Amino acid sequence: MWWYTFKRLLQGLVTVWFIATITFIGMHNVPGDPLSGERATNATIRANLEARYGLDQPVTVQYFIYMRNMLQGDFGISYTQQNREVNDIIREHFPVSATLGILAVLFAALGGILFGALTALFRNRLPDYIIMFLVILGISIPSFVFAALGQLGLVNINTLTGVSVLPVAGWGTVSHMILPALVLGLGTMAYMTRLMRSSMLEVMSSDYIRTAKAKGLTPTRIFTRHQLRNAVLPVITVLGPAIAAITTGGFVVELVFAIPGLGRYFVQAVQQLDYTVIMGTTVFYGAFLVFMVILVDLVYSWIDPRVRLQ
Amino acid sequence: MEHNPVIRRLRPEDFESLAEQSSAPALVRPSRSYWQDAWGRLKANKRAIVSLCIIVGLMVFTFIGPLVWQVNPALQDIDQISIAPGADRRAVIVEPFVAWDGFSETTTSETAANADLWLASDPDTQSVRLKWQVIPGAQGYRVFRNIYPPESYLSLGLPLATLSNPDLNYYEDRLDLSPETYYYSIAEIDELGQLTGNYETVTAEVRRVITVAEAAARNLVDDPDSLRVGDQVLLSWHPLGTDYLGRDMLARLMAGARVSLFIGLLAPLFFVAFGVIYGATSGFVGGRVDALMMRFADFVVALPFLLFMILFQVVFGIGPGESGIVPMLVALIILSWPATARLVRGQILQIREEAYVSAARLLGASQNYLILRHMIPNTLGVILVTLTFAVPAAIFTEAFLSFIGMGVAPPTASWGSMCNEGLKTMLTHPHELIFPAAMISITVLAFNLLGDGLRDALDAKMRNTE
Amino acid sequence: MKQKDPTDFTPQATGVTQATGDKLTRAAGKQLAVYALAAVAVLVAAMFLLNALAGLTSSAAGMSRMAVDVENNTITTYLREEPPQMSSLRSSDAVSSMVMHHVMEGLLRFDASGELVGGVAERWEQEGTRVTFWLREDARWSNGEPVTAHDFEFAWKTVLDPATASQYAFIMYPILNAEKANNGEMSIDEIGVEAIDDFTLEVTLETPIAYFDRMVGYVTYLPVNEAFYHQTNGRYGADADEMLYNGPFIMTSWVHGASLQLRKNPMYWGADRIRLDGINYAHMTSDSNTLLNLFKDGQIVIADLTSEMLDEAMLQRWSLGQFMQGNVFYTEFNHRPERLTSNRNLRKALSLVHDSSELVNRVIKLPGYLPGESLFPNWIQGMDGPFREEYPVPNSPPNVALAQQHLALALEELGLEELPPLVFLSSETPVARIQAEYYQEVFRRDLGIELLIDAQIFRQRLQKMTDGDFDLVGSGWGPDYNDPLTFADLFASWNLNNRGRYSNPALDAQVRIAQSSLDRQERLDAFGEIQRILLEDVVIMPDYERGYVYVTDARVRGIVRHVFGAETDFTHAWIEPGE
Repeated sequence: MWWYTFKRLLQGLVTVWFIATITFIGMHNVPGDPLSGERATNATIRANLEARYGLDQPVTVQYFIYMRNMLQGDFGISYTQQNREVNDIIREHFPVSATLGILAVLFAALGGILFGALTALFRNRLPDYIIMFLVILGISIPSFVFAALGQLGLVNINTLTGVSVLPVAGWGTVSHMILPALVLGLGTMAYMTRLMRSSMLEVMSSDYIRTAKAKGLTPTRIFTRHQLRNAVLPVITVLGPAIAAITTGGFVVELVFAIPGLGRYFVQAVQQLDYTVIMGTTVFYGAFLVFMVILVDLVYSWIDPRVRLQ
Repeated sequence: MEHNPVIRRLRPEDFESLAEQSSAPALVRPSRSYWQDAWGRLKANKRAIVSLCIIVGLMVFTFIGPLVWQVNPALQDIDQISIAPGADRRAVIVEPFVAWDGFSETTTSETAANADLWLASDPDTQSVRLKWQVIPGAQGYRVFRNIYPPESYLSLGLPLATLSNPDLNYYEDRLDLSPETYYYSIAEIDELGQLTGNYETVTAEVRRVITVAEAAARNLVDDPDSLRVGDQVLLSWHPLGTDYLGRDMLARLMAGARVSLFIGLLAPLFFVAFGVIYGATSGFVGGRVDALMMRFADFVVALPFLLFMILFQVVFGIGPGESGIVPMLVALIILSWPATARLVRGQILQIREEAYVSAARLLGASQNYLILRHMIPNTLGVILVTLTFAVPAAIFTEAFLSFIGMGVAPPTASWGSMCNEGLKTMLTHPHELIFPAAMISITVLAFNLLGDGLRDALDAKMRNTE
Repeated sequence: MKQKDPTDFTPQATGVTQATGDKLTRAAGKQLAVYALAAVAVLVAAMFLLNALAGLTSSAAGMSRMAVDVENNTITTYLREEPPQMSSLRSSDAVSSMVMHHVMEGLLRFDASGELVGGVAERWEQEGTRVTFWLREDARWSNGEPVTAHDFEFAWKTVLDPATASQYAFIMYPILNAEKANNGEMSIDEIGVEAIDDFTLEVTLETPIAYFDRMVGYVTYLPVNEAFYHQTNGRYGADADEMLYNGPFIMTSWVHGASLQLRKNPMYWGADRIRLDGINYAHMTSDSNTLLNLFKDGQIVIADLTSEMLDEAMLQRWSLGQFMQGNVFYTEFNHRPERLTSNRNLRKALSLVHDSSELVNRVIKLPGYLPGESLFPNWIQGMDGPFREEYPVPNSPPNVALAQQHLALALEELGLEELPPLVFLSSETPVARIQAEYYQEVFRRDLGIELLIDAQIFRQRLQKMTDGDFDLVGSGWGPDYNDPLTFADLFASWNLNNRGRYSNPALDAQVRIAQSSLDRQERLDAFGEIQRILLEDVVIMPDYERGYVYVTDARVRGIVRHVFGAETDFTHAWIEPGE
């Protein structure tokens, strides 16, 4: 177990190095110039800027400097926000994305499990049809359409009721989080509902449930201990990738709801060719994903004893 | 083997041939192959069949549609910008537009001679001409236009222009005039440009007009020479309305379908094919090569997908006149293959251990036979299902990238980019959002349901359960 | 979803098991309801837990959620994007400049009607190359220290210091030795700016120019407190507490990417005329739909509208304003000799089918935008009235037939049978996209010229512009200072912003006159001549002058928007009581 964890972590580190290298190579082959501005820069100003960002060095030297700094946890200074460190940007904005992501995943997982179980229990009855119709909507409508429609709907609700039910955009309080998290988690929730439903149906027809019934266990106990617990396993498997997709894919929601998350920064940085921010964000997110997947694997082995870690 | 007790107990009689078996158990049901069986079960799944029909319909729409609806998707009908489906198309022929000098008045309706603000000519979609009595002492005027009757000087509507010359007493409005009723107001301003509260309003019922030259250029009538001023013509018909540049929505949707489906179908096809080859090789060769290949796949899996899609789009760049489809395709393939590779490798490893493969091997089957008869048919189902589910994912990715402006380059249309543009006009022209969004939804849904059906139909566990 | 679920084959079909099945379902349903409640509880708990975490970067915490807070006399509004930095030494963008004009004050400032008046300087005087500013003695930094001439001298010299690597250093090049010092050829001590005493600043210019006082209004010329600057360790302007303020407001908090809070500065010498107690920039977004929704929800006092929102605005009976932002947009040709667009007849042909009024009236559809006719925008003043009235642009309506004649001539001159496709470099913003698509169709329809659109993100477009990798490019210019020269020298052969490398000695000569002459009429004539050459030689095709239609909260009055200084200026605003 410990050896396995160690091995996975080591692999994770190599992966992070791989991501950093790819990003570095990619960034240095992008056409365009991060130092250019609306106003043309003369040779003097340019040379001064290049010296400030170490762009006057050969690329290999830049690579080693970058790697060395990265090992020391220093991602450099942003090109657009010329006196802010990338570390500051990540430290200030990642918690926002993470908060939103965690909430969305929680929402998706809990909702998915509940609705999935519900549809399986009431198969081919009204609740099933209603929920599955919503699930279909959730799967087939792009999240940015949902986000825009959600915001529009909220404004109209606020105007009609005359009270501000929920704020339409911004960040800061619990009420700011609800709608964005809902929108962000909706697709995943629909997916998880489907997964839970089919896995629940499979469990319900399995032999051990029949045995449990024959033993005369109480229905509550059968449901909780046997059905729900076993049916939840596949949902937990997809939790890892879901967290990954949600935290790194949250920028559309961040853009629409004006949330100061890291994803929005990344999109802006790409448009501004802000090398250091792009590299810092990518490496950070890559590392986050790698270790998140390892964590989920470990948790999974703990929940399901049948899975052996090798 | 040598310790097998059965072998030790064998006697010579055991090796004598049995008598001809006369009563071999006859097959009760006709033998059905795996694929026949799967097709049978798919046919019974109504949802999957409907989805299949929808997909076929989409193909027809995409590839045969442009042959039936032969409108150039890039053609801009400047007279009919953002027209909703089923809007009135009648237009009256008028003289070509000549800029107004501010003095001539040609109105046919009775001029209110005593009015403070009046229309100098019949208002039409070419221009609306306003004249007013100079307000003594005014420092300037601001011209407003509204589609609702104004209630006070604070809600006069759209400020069209601020005229700082107090002696000026005319204004010509040409801004995006559509055939409806406008309420024009002229308000007095003070030296700081603030409204004094003094204003006049006039109503203008704008009619849609077109010049002979324009009618000829747009092929509205067979014989443009016979057109006279005052004649009525019908503007070109756009069954699903037009977009923000007056382009036909139906034609644009078809053009967009080509791009979206091209990416949506081709990218999965390529990356699944690559994944299959990679995974199969890895699974088949095994050993150190397998470990190495799978480590590499793990690296690629670890890349944050959307971040790298964006990054790749920037790194590859889109040159002048290019649509940007190829970079997106390449990026999708680079980032998506490992999942299939892992899946196929797992399947191969599993099948390799199956009893029937061992049996075939014992019977002396060749490597090629094993691959052709057992490996490929038994993994094909899984591959097919992966492929079907990969299509909606790819279509979504394209839409998503187009939404943040990293998708296809203009003037190429895709459903995603159309959605993005439609979102901006969502309030006033919802049809520009609804149609492309509905197309995406229908396609994604159809492929998802078909994937479900295929998975159920091809699942070996469910075989013979009927 | 699936037709053939395994449960189909469980013995549920018989009556007995059906009953137990129902019982099971009911019990399970109840249990599920319990879990659902638990789940909701978990979610709520999680949200409050996360709230504490998010509190670090909140945008609205501790702020009023309403646009107008009458009790605290504060208003809430938004910023288009996060200001990259608040260091006047390096800043070069409109958003930081807008905030900076609220929290800082330079030698001169802009009054409510947009005129330059004395700020920290009480009066100033120019004699040839010598400009002297006499500073007021009651100007204070927010820590109570007086604002002195030394603060200006330090700031300006720091801008020009090569180690600062300021992008806008060029705006100080009129000062004696400034360019050389920025090059590193001279020490920054030799720059022609000197504090004679605490309240007298003397500037020596390279050559006498007539518009130096107008340049001083730009943010790069703001003062910086030297002692404080050294305390910040290179982080000057990175955070609210890494700055010292001398303007009408001070920044009390800056949550990056989320919000900025300004409070009235009691130390400000003109605090009496400031009527608001605070401004909350509570949102940072440029998404116009989001902004409209925020305004509708009563959370911000002002919002810019796009053409699609006008119907809604009229329905809501909002009071709308209109403002010319001052920027001119035009399509620039590539004049490098190896490019086809260096042929004047081809340019003429293109410009004859190019209809800027159709572009504005039918495609952009936003009142406030004016069809472009010249490089010099309408708001520029001439001798006694608008420059464009004194030096009118000849009316040239689109003429397809004439355009085709010019195209034929061009083909003959170029020795071509057919014109190869031209590359139109464009940015990837929505308006630019629409414009590119519109031109593509116009040129194809009227001249049969194929246009290849090359839409690039900001910095890649700049690279291509600098490399000359285009035939036509959608371009624009925002004025830096209130003098026609900010536009007029754009196409001088030595100007690096002349990306099409247009080179014409006649134009260069006029630019030199405009730069060096001190006579007003002579300069205006030079500008008129420059305008004539630009049109005559079809150096550019003017597209439009950008304007905004915006809606403001009726309770807030006195919001002014300027071409120079703060784009949206709240320093003159007040909340109308009783409404």
